[in-house]
Amino acid sequence: MSNPVFERISQDVKDNPVVLYMKGTPIFPQCGFSATVVQILSHLGVKFKGIDVLTDPSLRDGIKQFSNWPTIPQLYVKGEFIGGCDIVREMFETGELQQVLSEKGVPVTAQ
Amino acid sequence: MAMDASEIERLIREGIPDAVVTITDLRGDGDHYSAQVVSKAFAGKSRVQQHQMVYQALKGRMGDVLHALALQTSVPK
Repeated sequence: MSNPVFERISQDVKDNPVVLYMKGTPIFPQCGFSATVVQILSHLGVKFKGIDVLTDPSLRDGIKQFSNWPTIPQLYVKGEFIGGCDIVREMFETGELQQVLSEKGVPVTAQ
Repeated sequence: MAMDASEIERLIREGIPDAVVTITDLRGDGDHYSAQVVSKAFAGKSRVQQHQMVYQALKGRMGDVLHALALQTSVPK
């Protein structure tokens, strides 16, 4: 991979157990879908790194190509793409998200 | 920017021929939809892969002219 944006994404999802590519920041999400995922992660007490794609157009396009996924937010756990808002919400409601996080060794402090 | 519900359904069915597609216009503004897509083609695929198949059928419109499509995919029971 010679694309510098891809290299940056690879490094970020390797260095941080839980990464959320989002619009805005965890404190001030700029989009309802991003806000939903922030709420779910916060509810579960999961520590995550929020990366604001609005500050960098090359990242905003790059993450969509990297994941082959057309929308933001995008959640990565231990380097694996978990999904966007719909999938994260569905997995949270079925308890699958909590299970995936635990299996991957990410502390979850609430159900 | 907006897109017609019937156009969304047509594209999904074109890409996934056996799909049963149910579209709801969430706000009546032609811009925020939810879609339930049921297809045998999803069998054995992860949720991410299932959604990617629908996005592929929409040929780049998702995240572009189509701002919000809440997606739920499943295999027929």
